[in-house]
Amino acid sequence: MNHTSKLRDPTAETSPTRRARLAPPPSLDGKVVALMDIGKSRGAEFLDRLEGHFKAAGVTTRRYRKPTNTKVAPAAVLQTIAAEAQLAVIALSD
Amino acid sequence: MIEVLPADGLVIVAKRECHTCVLVEPVMQSLDRAGPLTVITQDDPAFPSGVGRVLDDQQLERSFHLNIEAVPTLIRYEGGREVGRTVGWDRAEWTRLAGAAAAGDGLPAWQPGCGSRSVEPGVQETLIARYGDPGLKSREIAVGEWDDPIEACFERGWSDGLPVVPPTDERILRMLGGTDRKPGEIVGLIPPNLAPCTVEKVAINAVMAGCKPEYMPVVLGVLEAALDPLFVLHGLLCTTHFSGPLVIINGPAAKAVGMNSGVNALGQGNRANATIGRALQLIVRNVGGGLPGGMDRATLGNPGKYTFCFAEDESDPDWEPLAQRRGIAAGKSAVTLFHAEGVHGFIDQKSRTPEELTRSLAMGLFGVGHPKLCDAGNAVLVLSPEHYRIFREGGWNRRRIEEELYQALKRPGRDLIHGAQNVPEGLPASMADKIVDKFQPDGLLIVRAGGPAGLFSAIIGGWPGQRVREECQAVTHEIR
Repeated sequence: MNHTSKLRDPTAETSPTRRARLAPPPSLDGKVVALMDIGKSRGAEFLDRLEGHFKAAGVTTRRYRKPTNTKVAPAAVLQTIAAEAQLAVIALSD
Repeated sequence: MIEVLPADGLVIVAKRECHTCVLVEPVMQSLDRAGPLTVITQDDPAFPSGVGRVLDDQQLERSFHLNIEAVPTLIRYEGGREVGRTVGWDRAEWTRLAGAAAAGDGLPAWQPGCGSRSVEPGVQETLIARYGDPGLKSREIAVGEWDDPIEACFERGWSDGLPVVPPTDERILRMLGGTDRKPGEIVGLIPPNLAPCTVEKVAINAVMAGCKPEYMPVVLGVLEAALDPLFVLHGLLCTTHFSGPLVIINGPAAKAVGMNSGVNALGQGNRANATIGRALQLIVRNVGGGLPGGMDRATLGNPGKYTFCFAEDESDPDWEPLAQRRGIAAGKSAVTLFHAEGVHGFIDQKSRTPEELTRSLAMGLFGVGHPKLCDAGNAVLVLSPEHYRIFREGGWNRRRIEEELYQALKRPGRDLIHGAQNVPEGLPASMADKIVDKFQPDGLLIVRAGGPAGLFSAIIGGWPGQRVREECQAVTHEIR
């Protein structure tokens, strides 16, 4: 990446500069998993398979879809996912 | 990549907007005909005309590396080394360095030059950041080409919820220019993590808060006062209570940085008031790691935890300013820090004598924390000009007001014990036969501020942590 801006860390530098990934939950019990279709071809097919696996494991899922794969998800879609689910799987591939 | 200068010959640094540079344009043309000449032009690549080798230095990189302070500057190189330099137009010097071709027939013998663009205010720090070694020790955080630096600060958790000024090297260097203290000096350990905080970290957070460089001595003084063990910053941060640090500035420093002690003194709109208080909170957040919901356990908090800072009105020579009352010599600048909850407005438009107003103020002050509690914290009373006028015209000075209010804030314990007035909250039953003070003897801090109109004053309640006087108090420190 071509960095055009450089800042200095205002903190005590006790944590990595890269933001840490959220730790995966110890269990999916009681959790709702969002299955997000970004609108590319066969993404729904992939999510159908995942949905089947989650269902077999007793995990609740909900389906969401971007209006178009050419733009970022609308805030309303992201806010709905955040309000209704605790985890998300995004089908990125063709 | 900047072009290499010749090992032997003359270099002139100039700019078209400099009258002296324009004056010596014929001399530059003459020198170009006589031998190898390079002109480095700071503002117009077409200037000077009639010279073969002109280097465009609008980015000022060459001027920075050559340490140019004024233009025109004539430099002679021999064998790759600088052997002579002169600034401005001085026929004797120019001919000494460059020979007869620099005589400039028809020109005055001498004319001073102009300041180099590379040393204009604020430019030097940018050039150091771009082309030099800023000497900063804090680690660099790269922001992507397409990312908004303000959003990057939010994403990293560096903000109090409002946008911060991105801490770039040039801004940090300018901020450090506001103090003589070394960037690496450790000011203290910032709670809750007790992380060492250098002057450089203070500068970074001051940049983010929106401070101007001249605020730095005040920000450093505020931080040092906040780290006084008697102020118990760690406890103030961690408390479930509303309180946060209130900063009151006295003395010439307040005027020097343009702080507000008048209309809307406790409100918005003044950069120094807003950003000095905010800088302290950002240091606690970023260096100390004091995050709401983490170590900051406030049940509700208060808006002053973004920033709460003002100056005292010292315009009345008869009034003893707060800092002097608390031991600072007259004429010195000082910061007083108090553990403050929000502002409680006090209205009295009927009192006309000091005695009436004292009784009335006491009624308002009884409400701090809870009307039946006497260990729920001390208080700051911000006397407005119109309320203060009643005391002044009655011949009461600060000491008299303090003493009369102290006496007016005594109550019989039987009115305050558990269950009295059908309210469970209150003092232990053992206090029933005692006369109880609302505040500790020096627990009411009186300060003057506010606009000229309005029979209003402000009561700022304290923190229950202040009830153990030996362990926790408001603190006052001189700003050096």
